[in-house]
Amino acid sequence: MSSILSVKDLNCFYKKESPGSMRRKRVQILHDVSFTMEQGEILGLVGESGSGKSTLAKAVLNMVPDKSGTIGCEDAYPQMVFQDPYGSLNPAKTIGWILEEPLKNRSRMPKEERRRNAAEMLSHVGLDEKFLERFPGELSGGQRQRVCIAAALMLRPKLLIADEPVSALDVTIQAQVLKLLFSLKQDFGLSILFISHDLRVVYQLCDRVMIMQGGRIVEMGRSDDIYFRPQHPYTKQLLDAAGIQAYGEK
Amino acid sequence: MEKRKKRNAGFIAGCVITGIMLTLTVIGFFYTPYDPEAMSAADKLAGISPRHIMGCDNFGRDIFSRVLKGAQTTLIVAGGTVLIGTVFGVLIGAFTGYFGGLLDEGLMRVMDALFAFPSLLLALVFVSLFGSGTYQVILALGIAFIPSFSRIVRSEYLRCRNLDYVKSARLAGASHLRIMFVHILPNIYTVLLSSIMIGFNNAVLAEAGLTYLSIGVQPPDASLGEMLSNAQTYLFSAPWYALGPGITMVLLILGFSLMAEGMKR
Repeated sequence: MSSILSVKDLNCFYKKESPGSMRRKRVQILHDVSFTMEQGEILGLVGESGSGKSTLAKAVLNMVPDKSGTIGCEDAYPQMVFQDPYGSLNPAKTIGWILEEPLKNRSRMPKEERRRNAAEMLSHVGLDEKFLERFPGELSGGQRQRVCIAAALMLRPKLLIADEPVSALDVTIQAQVLKLLFSLKQDFGLSILFISHDLRVVYQLCDRVMIMQGGRIVEMGRSDDIYFRPQHPYTKQLLDAAGIQAYGEK
Repeated sequence: MEKRKKRNAGFIAGCVITGIMLTLTVIGFFYTPYDPEAMSAADKLAGISPRHIMGCDNFGRDIFSRVLKGAQTTLIVAGGTVLIGTVFGVLIGAFTGYFGGLLDEGLMRVMDALFAFPSLLLALVFVSLFGSGTYQVILALGIAFIPSFSRIVRSEYLRCRNLDYVKSARLAGASHLRIMFVHILPNIYTVLLSSIMIGFNNAVLAEAGLTYLSIGVQPPDASLGEMLSNAQTYLFSAPWYALGPGITMVLLILGFSLMAEGMKR
């Protein structure tokens, strides 16, 4: 298998305004992060809030200005599904417009074809064609997240980054969306970087898992190994906190 | 639900009043009962009568006809002012709010400097530089209105630029300009529209103020402010002179205010 994404010695910084002084402090968010992602795999990225998961995602998408290291991505336009389905769809536009937007910018497809593509993609994510004319405000959280996934897939990316795509949803809806992601992965030959703090979800879905703490990747391996034979104390602590420890002991 | 009904009632009332005023103004372009500039010694300061429903002024000119013409001038000045203020305000606000950084700092300090002057004083400066007249007044007031619009727009762009839909628009390959004016602008529409309404009112008042100081529209052209300023002399001998233009201005502003209130979320 060839790799779709390889990250080497990635360091990311943010400028933080410190109160009382004009000078901004440069804070390092990621420390020497290196990993490779294979084609067609679902790679889980787990860590507590503020551990740099989202920054890593942003860095891969070239949205962090201050960084060093190399990021090699096979996909020219990797896409992302955001955590909050309420903020990631433009409330002033129809679903059809939102789905057509990537094609408008990145292709010369005629109008009718764009429309057909959008309708087709909606059916892939399990939504009816009539949603094309609706506004995001008329949709439920689960429906919105399906639209977000559809919008991300419009350009047929090979790499999809899902930043906590289900943590804002009800548990029953979560399961549906995860199932959808998994089947889309197979239909479209996607590789997914799946960011989550929910270890159970990650175990269900992912082939391999990375554990992140304080901007460093502390452990990485196949899901089974991480869950049943955790090496790093932080991993054990995480599993403990999620109540998964019992499986490991047995 | 109850609150919503109430708000809509105000909005509808505003629309009706504004609609009537605008219709009358448009009619004024094609028809006035009398020539608004024709003087008549016999009708000098004539009172309200079926022939002259708002009476006559000190030159015997029909006030109703002059109000129709004057409302046109006032609306054109206010419209032009708001147009200049909105176009430049949106451009400056969008760029500063969206990009931030040095550009933002620089332009906003310029806006602060502009804002520090009372708009009337600023208009006075422009008029003394470019001379008085309708277009000069539009330009002067328009420039004076830019800072307030750009601030409102900037704060909205600041709020929107970090939202996820802007990030996903980036990922969808939209350019910065496209994001600014196709993705974000429709979302600040309501805020912008109600500030346009408020700005319109302020422009009507500012125009009246400028003309009252006799640096705005020049006679014999009529404008509501010019008529009010003349009427002041005859406030006790012919109070109806002030009544016609005064009520017209009140209704104009009331209509737009009610609409602006109704549009606010």
